Amino acid sequence: MTSAFAGGTADVWAALREVPDPEVPVISVVELGIVRDVAVDGDAVTVTITPTYSGCPAMREIERDIVAALEVRGFARVAVRTTYTPAWTTAWIDDDAREKLRAYGIAPPGPPEGPDLIPLRRRRVVPCPYCGSERTTLRSEFGSTACKAIHFCDACRQPFEEFKAI
Amino acid sequence: MGYGNPPDEPETGAGSDAPPAVRPLSATAGHVVPTWTSGVTDNALAEYLLRLGDDRLVLGQRLAEWCGHGPILEEDIALANISLDLFGQAALLLKLAGETEGKGRDEDALAFLRDAVEFRNVQLVELPKGDFGFTIARQFLFDAYSELCYAELARSTHAELAGIASKAHKEIRYHLRHSTDWILKLGDGTPESHARVQSAFDDLWRFTGELFESDDVDRAVAEQGIGVDPSTLRPRWRTRVEAVLAEATLRVPNDGVMASGGRRGRHTEYLGHMLAEMQSVARAHPGAQW
Repeated sequence: MTSAFAGGTADVWAALREVPDPEVPVISVVELGIVRDVAVDGDAVTVTITPTYSGCPAMREIERDIVAALEVRGFARVAVRTTYTPAWTTAWIDDDAREKLRAYGIAPPGPPEGPDLIPLRRRRVVPCPYCGSERTTLRSEFGSTACKAIHFCDACRQPFEEFKAI
Repeated sequence: MGYGNPPDEPETGAGSDAPPAVRPLSATAGHVVPTWTSGVTDNALAEYLLRLGDDRLVLGQRLAEWCGHGPILEEDIALANISLDLFGQAALLLKLAGETEGKGRDEDALAFLRDAVEFRNVQLVELPKGDFGFTIARQFLFDAYSELCYAELARSTHAELAGIASKAHKEIRYHLRHSTDWILKLGDGTPESHARVQSAFDDLWRFTGELFESDDVDRAVAEQGIGVDPSTLRPRWRTRVEAVLAEATLRVPNDGVMASGGRRGRHTEYLGHMLAEMQSVARAHPGAQW
């Protein structure tokens, strides 16, 4: 086995862009916005990530996936640390990733709410990711993972998931 | 018994080894009602963090009891998701409490190896889950409180606590919207749903006073800009609750005698049973890892 090549910060980011989110594999952990910092020191690298939700059960798997992806690239010592500030927001998901979510059948997150008082009755429109209709109904604030809600499209009769805006 | 067993109370005879910065409390006087007048010791902060963490741990466990028993699939999933958020918040708060306490207890030790008298949650969160109306009414009352609490804690001078709170605040706003929606649906729903959720609020009301009690621990951490004095949150909480109940055609119960004691380790008989189930695996297999 040849000696590892390791690499610089840009190589690490490139490697992380190939680590899929385990719950939403169509986007990478970088596109999801949870990779906050990368620090390279020779063959050692420290990756700082932030959880989407305090109790996100996928965090450990994500850590393992990051370590595996970087070890393959020759980094002998990979450390993953977790930070909680600033708090993750769906605003960090860029336009390309939003389009990937939509094509995958998940309505991308709308703009995060401001800190003002929560309205008593909320009626926001979530367009259907399949047909684009705005005639959709919220079925459940919570879905198969902490980051998603469930809607139903009254036009194409499809249930679909929404990436919750926080 | 004051605050129970303050963690820094020196063992008899070990007082001379105690670091000088730690107040000796009143251990030698035979009773323990510590006064945190000289600023926040780590133990006041540890106590405060335990209160925050225990509220969320115990409520999360009560919500988890709905898993597989929800009235509809969507709510089964919703309650489990909210429970998961609360467990996540509790783990972070208890981890910080253990580090602050400095006795080598991590979040698992605090969650699974303490008895009921050592828990610092309000009694509101330990009551049995009741019917769906009771669970949602309790959740709404707690969410409305917790949202205000986290909004303040997000500005804490304690960087780590501020970080946890700013994250949790986003989650709790989502929870509050969910529980608010349900209060509107149930209150302004059928005669059956209206009667059940009104009855739940009537039964729960006397457990809401404890959320806003403040003592020397709260005041000490608030003075330092670390924590929030819960009594300052009550007017805003009341405004929010009144608005939602009015919209839901529900009546705000009268303030009467309020239950108290959870912050000092005095609990209803329900907590011990809940903990026995919650802690059984951890206690049967000490030190086991996943």
